[in-house]
Amino acid sequence: MDKTPQTDPRQSWTFSNSVNSEIRRAAATGIYDIRGGGAKRRVPHFDDLLFLGASMSRYPLEGYREKCDTSVTLGTRFAKKPIELKIPITIAGMSFGALSGHAKEALGRGATMAGTSTTTGDGGMTEEERGHSEKLVYQYLPSRYGMNPDDLRRADAIEIVVGQGAKPGGGGMLLGQKITERVAGMRDLPVGIDQRSACRHPDWTGPDDLEIKILEIREITGWEKPIYIKIGGARPYYDTALAVKAGADVVVLDGMQGGTAATQDVFIEHVGQPTLACIRPAVQALQDLGMHREVQLVVSGGIRSGADVAKALALGADAVAIGTAALIALGDNDPKWEAEYQALGSTTGAYDDWHEGRDPAGITTQDPELMKRLDPTAAGRRLRNYLNVMTLECQTIARACGHNHVHNLEPEDLCALTMEAAAMAQVPLAGTNWYPGKPGF
Amino acid sequence: MTTLDMSTTPLREVNVTLQEAAKSQSNSAFEITNPRGSHAVAVGLDGPLSVTIKGSTGYYCAGMNKSATIRVEGSTGPGVAENMMSGEVVIEGDASQYAGATGHGGLLNIKGNASSRCGISMKGIDIVVHGNIGHMSAFMAQKGNLVVLGDAGDALGDSLYEARLFVRGSVKSLGADCIEKEMRPEHLEILKDLLAKAGANAKPEEFKRYGSARKLYNFNIDHADEY
Repeated sequence: MDKTPQTDPRQSWTFSNSVNSEIRRAAATGIYDIRGGGAKRRVPHFDDLLFLGASMSRYPLEGYREKCDTSVTLGTRFAKKPIELKIPITIAGMSFGALSGHAKEALGRGATMAGTSTTTGDGGMTEEERGHSEKLVYQYLPSRYGMNPDDLRRADAIEIVVGQGAKPGGGGMLLGQKITERVAGMRDLPVGIDQRSACRHPDWTGPDDLEIKILEIREITGWEKPIYIKIGGARPYYDTALAVKAGADVVVLDGMQGGTAATQDVFIEHVGQPTLACIRPAVQALQDLGMHREVQLVVSGGIRSGADVAKALALGADAVAIGTAALIALGDNDPKWEAEYQALGSTTGAYDDWHEGRDPAGITTQDPELMKRLDPTAAGRRLRNYLNVMTLECQTIARACGHNHVHNLEPEDLCALTMEAAAMAQVPLAGTNWYPGKPGF
Repeated sequence: MTTLDMSTTPLREVNVTLQEAAKSQSNSAFEITNPRGSHAVAVGLDGPLSVTIKGSTGYYCAGMNKSATIRVEGSTGPGVAENMMSGEVVIEGDASQYAGATGHGGLLNIKGNASSRCGISMKGIDIVVHGNIGHMSAFMAQKGNLVVLGDAGDALGDSLYEARLFVRGSVKSLGADCIEKEMRPEHLEILKDLLAKAGANAKPEEFKRYGSARKLYNFNIDHADEY
């Protein structure tokens, strides 16, 4: 007898397997999900932009012969000693504690070989990092863990962290599993307890106070060091304008794809703006104040390739910073650890429980046995190679657009594939001369 | 004694002069006149030096001090002796908010009152306040000792770690995870020593000790209602 035709089982878009698994996890534990990394949801990004390349109206440069400069100077506004970088790609702040000492050393080695800077994070400055980083940016964070005037003077630049793209308005928590004797000692806290990184600074409130705080730091460091202000991608126009008002030499703007060592998933996925949406308002603020190129803009959050670098620069950034991509270059989420990722309930490419300290790649851990898996010399070379490839890619695009310096890339070199990207980047939708919000339409 | 008059000497020159003198380990003495509420006076000193400021200062006076002795014959604005590493800072008048914030070491001796958030995130500094302190003092305080001869405002020691708090007067309220603790002989000794160093006219036995209940040290969902 023929069976009655059945409708195929239909999964709900709203209640997907992923959503349901989170509901079950929450119901079982009573605790929100904490993880590392940045936003995983699909948001308008650099992939939604294309370069136009040279044409009848543009004269390209010869790809393998003609010079295309990539150098950048950061901190030209007030600092006596601005930072000179060979490439416009820097390493973003990541803490010792969240990362192993070997990983910090590898970041320093790779960045130095490529001619760029690396950045400390919460937890202070380590000898591994200072010793292997020709140019080191020292983060000045709300927790002030490990903060001292000697390290402040040993730094090449100082980055005051006001916000972070993964969690604008939020602090952090380094869980007790990663608090070894060394990490605890640097932070003046007991071993094994969760260490809260505060969400706001303890001794200033608002940009007027920050201006005085910057005065103090400059007085302590002899007005030598560039002062960066890092903001999360929340209100980029006003935050950038206020950072300039407070006296920043450099504004670091971190979009929601920017990573974190450990934050609530709900925060990472639901607070802040995509990197692409943040750049033009920030550049507009600088232009309105007559400070574009005088105060440099460093963009971070989801930068993966030379194309992403070129697009960020074309939209008005002076440089970019990479964090997650740098960790992947070191060896994070490498398929060779797949069996171990599976044992931890994850898989290659998805592993984000960095806060638990059990990273098979030996990067986001303080476990001595796991740490040994990362050879800082070899990992540093991988990072150097990756930075070089990104730079070559960026140069390739710049030459194709007829520019002899990557900073000459401009919005006119771009078009957008989607309405959303066109609106955010304020470049025309492909095949048109229009973008949403363009005056005159 | 060298005098630096801030009505005629720019802040930069004042700080450079003091910083170089401190670095030279000369143990010399300076007097700063007419500070007129200036910010960032006598910051980043790294060496034995005696500085007397004749008047009141603005924000961050004596910030990140190491080894120097700085006396303010007036009151100070927010963040006095912030992140101090060692040495001594004496305030003859009152101190505004965030006094001694994140300080790692040394003695901050406030002869008057201190405003809110005194000793916030302190990391080893000793602070003695001869008068009262404002709300949220010792918030997230990690290490060191805060001694208050007068009263403490709301939410004292909220989210406290291992800092010790000694209060002689009343405490309006305690913050999350801060409790009164037994005053043992070793605490009386610490207190006696600090009171003597600060020239405070009080007996250790008159104080109560407060510290962390350590319930919030590792995240536990059952404690979420406590903050």
